[in-house]
Amino acid sequence: MNGPQDSGGMTSFGAVVPEANEPVFHELWEARALALGIAADAAGLWNTDIVRHVRELTPPVTYWEMNYYEIRVNSHIKLMIDRGMITEAELVSGSMQVPPRPVKGVLTAEKVPAVLAKGNPASRESNRPQLFVAGDRVRTRNQHPRGHTRLPRYASGKIGEIVSVHGTHVFPDCSALGLGEDPQWLYTVSFTAAELWGKSARDTIQLDLWEPYLEAAS
Amino acid sequence: MPHDGHDHDHDHNHHGSELSPIALRVKALESLLVEKGYVDPAALDVLIDTYETKIGPRNGARVVARAWSDPAFAQWLKQDATAAIASLGYMGRQGEHMVVLFNTPEEHNMVVCTLCSCYPWPVLGLPPVWYKAMPYRSRTVIDPRGVLAEFGVTLPEDTAVRVWDSTAEIRYLVIPMRPAGSEGLSEEQLAALVTRDSMIGTGLAKAAL
Repeated sequence: MNGPQDSGGMTSFGAVVPEANEPVFHELWEARALALGIAADAAGLWNTDIVRHVRELTPPVTYWEMNYYEIRVNSHIKLMIDRGMITEAELVSGSMQVPPRPVKGVLTAEKVPAVLAKGNPASRESNRPQLFVAGDRVRTRNQHPRGHTRLPRYASGKIGEIVSVHGTHVFPDCSALGLGEDPQWLYTVSFTAAELWGKSARDTIQLDLWEPYLEAAS
Repeated sequence: MPHDGHDHDHDHNHHGSELSPIALRVKALESLLVEKGYVDPAALDVLIDTYETKIGPRNGARVVARAWSDPAFAQWLKQDATAAIASLGYMGRQGEHMVVLFNTPEEHNMVVCTLCSCYPWPVLGLPPVWYKAMPYRSRTVIDPRGVLAEFGVTLPEDTAVRVWDSTAEIRYLVIPMRPAGSEGLSEEQLAALVTRDSMIGTGLAKAAL
């Protein structure tokens, strides 16, 4: 969706401000929020793509002003309420008012190292034929779906070159809607700064794009 | 400037009245999730300790130092970075599919995630605030040299910049150029020259003394 997350190419947010000797967390609640999000994923009621999509539904002005961990925790709260894990009234009171719903799992302290080490690989077996190989010229589709996508606006309808092939991966546009993983071929595609921005520099921009975003370009 | 404008030494035991609305909300959320049995509070402590003390850019620095000192390892990184990095014990969440990018005099790589804040956690830890903030996310793809200048990095005009926008689950680690004069240093000494920013591509490795 053409939401606040899709801001690649905007130039009006000001300078990058690196912080010397930055701590891992600036506030205690940020650490708790990060950990709560990871722990709550064990309930098995959503996936990465669904979480990203919910974050992207944050109204733009709010999204652009919000702390990263605040966006994260708000999106998890939305999902927990939507999935019937908690209610807003419970959150306001801070205590249980309705019994818990069944979940797929609970992350215990002993399981943390193994769960982090395993991660959530996105590669999947698939019988789909591979349409492109390294060196092919492709054009990205000029698409602007209302749902989730990982083709940014700035690279929509542009010509690039396939530089590598990563096998078949979960397709976020489908997965974010809860419609299944629909694995698709994933490619790294290289675009010149001239193609994307009309610049003469030799610089290039690489994006990882799934096959449904691409069509052959002559 | 720690403590600037704040007195952190006074009594905090007055019913959390100093907590911000978001801090209070997260606190309420935690109590609720624990009470309902969805979350083990001990797991939260382990998670936080992991990202505060065990997983961070020193991991990536070891990968870089090994790549600089062992051509076979560098080759393995080019062919299968996920496996090569896992051989040093770094793997999993937000680093399931790793690709490394070797900087050279001809090409300088830098990494961004315009759509969210994708970052290779097992080797670099959690991303810094600037990486997640809109100025970096929005401008790196259109004005990489301008962004580099804000980090104090100026590249020769004939060095091409390659920006990698992490739009999928592939996570990128930049291998900065090995500093001149670092011949003969041990891997440990080399790792000390590798900064976090040099592995994102917004910095260079430190000069050898």
